[in-house]
Amino acid sequence: MSGRRIFTRPARLAAIAPYLWMALFFLVPFGFVLKIALSQTAIAQPPYVPVFDLTAGWSAFKTALSALSFDNFKLLASDDLYILSYLRSLVVALVSTAILLAIGYPAAYGMSRLPQRWQPVAMMLVIVPFWTSFLIRIYSWINVLQHDGLLNKTLLALGIIDKPLAWLATDSAMYLGIVYSYFPFMILPLYATLSKLDDTLLEAAADLGCSRLKAFWLVTFPLSLPGVGAGVLLCFIPIVGEFVIPDLLAGSDRMMIGQTLWLEFFTNKDWPVASAIAVVLLVVLLLPLLVYEKLQRRHLEARG
Amino acid sequence: MTARIKRLSAFNMASVALGLAFLYLPIAILIIYSFNASRLVTVWGGWSLRWYQEFFNDEAMLAAAWMSLRVAFCSATAATLLGTLAAVALSRGERFRGRTLFSGMLYAPLVMPEVITGLSLLLLFVAIDAGRGFWTVTIAHTTLTMCFVTVVVQSRLNGLDRSLEEAAMDLGCSPVRAFIAVTLPLILPSVAAGWMLAFTLSLDDLGIASFTTGPGSAALPIRVYSEVRLGVKPEINAICTLVVAVVALVIVAASLASKLSSEQGESAAPL
Repeated sequence: MSGRRIFTRPARLAAIAPYLWMALFFLVPFGFVLKIALSQTAIAQPPYVPVFDLTAGWSAFKTALSALSFDNFKLLASDDLYILSYLRSLVVALVSTAILLAIGYPAAYGMSRLPQRWQPVAMMLVIVPFWTSFLIRIYSWINVLQHDGLLNKTLLALGIIDKPLAWLATDSAMYLGIVYSYFPFMILPLYATLSKLDDTLLEAAADLGCSRLKAFWLVTFPLSLPGVGAGVLLCFIPIVGEFVIPDLLAGSDRMMIGQTLWLEFFTNKDWPVASAIAVVLLVVLLLPLLVYEKLQRRHLEARG
Repeated sequence: MTARIKRLSAFNMASVALGLAFLYLPIAILIIYSFNASRLVTVWGGWSLRWYQEFFNDEAMLAAAWMSLRVAFCSATAATLLGTLAAVALSRGERFRGRTLFSGMLYAPLVMPEVITGLSLLLLFVAIDAGRGFWTVTIAHTTLTMCFVTVVVQSRLNGLDRSLEEAAMDLGCSPVRAFIAVTLPLILPSVAAGWMLAFTLSLDDLGIASFTTGPGSAALPIRVYSEVRLGVKPEINAICTLVVAVVALVIVAASLASKLSSEQGESAAPL
């Protein structure tokens, strides 16, 4: 016990460098996003009018405060383009997460029922694509889905369709891409929970006359809920901000908010509006983010 | 009794098989077509290496690949250092002031949409007037990937038997000495796995790099992305296959490392 006491002090000192790093490069930048979201757009480099200069002192700060511009946020609230983008992002994230859960749960369950020595192998097979570039994975689907791609060829050869169908630039292609990219994020936490379940509970349920289906519903499923929660958050939050997958696979008529931000920033060079979009997106995601952070912390610290 | 419940049903087998086919088929097709002699990406014209030759003659792509490798190496090294320190603090530091904020800052980037992280870092770099290029991308990737390193190493640290460290200190080791002599060798495999995860994540990143990179210093994913937007090209197939090969090598090394780690005790968490 004496050792533990002495150890905590240097361990806390170890926090200093990563603490400063994260504060400087993760926390402080959000301040700049907020600041620029409240500035006026300008045609300049960088393309915004700074709202205040901290070196000018308190009185300057006060005058600057009164000059803060909420125009960008008003624009977001008044223009359908932005509201529809936010809504589309939420809908896409919800639908994709539901599909992921529907596919991922049986797969994770199947993996956890594999013979013990096969489980690490199956695990590895799921992780490998997660480590391969996601851009490559999306690109590989373009190969399959394009007009004269493998999917159309196969369907034509099988006589299921008469002429090639348009798969690319559709919502189905986008959902396929999202589900494909986020599959490991769903299956890993699910598997982690399911594989740790105590089998004696199922035996007890069977001894008490439960059918296997009923035992699953009454025992396995409720106990796997923490894994379900982690998987859902791990997929939902990043999907809301997704821009590459819809950009490459979905049609260009409707955009997700990540694409709109990208467009405002890189094409229209409207940094203040892009920043305002980011601020609102962050606020929308704050609740799921907090829940996720709490789950993650509890998971890692419970093992200590 | 256990045998009956643990029995592998046809349904379980089928879902595992389907899941794996879904995961691997497109990549397999991509790799096969990278050896296609035909310029038409969907017509098979026999085996050939011409698209690899094309890549190795493409100065701009090679420069981008070299830039990506350098960024990945530097940021993974910095991220491993910082992430391991953070993991030690979280796992051994008990309660300290600002701990909640600390762990929050370390877990949030794992799921934060790239557009937000990328935009906010860019605005910081512009505000402090840092020239955008190699260093800004490296700093951005370090920030993102150190969080992954922290999770991997922390999970290993939490699984360690603390009495070893305590014994070392009871025998007169200073805490730092005990850490270097006892703890570090035990967590080394997961530190190595963390480095490799950080390396591949950095090599892969498009979103954050797009924001933090400067003109003329595009990383590989950015160049690939701009090509991919124009459609499928055989040369891109070849580049992707090479990236898959590099990542596969790294994964083999990582799984050897984690095997070492699991032989020494409880296996590290995959993420």
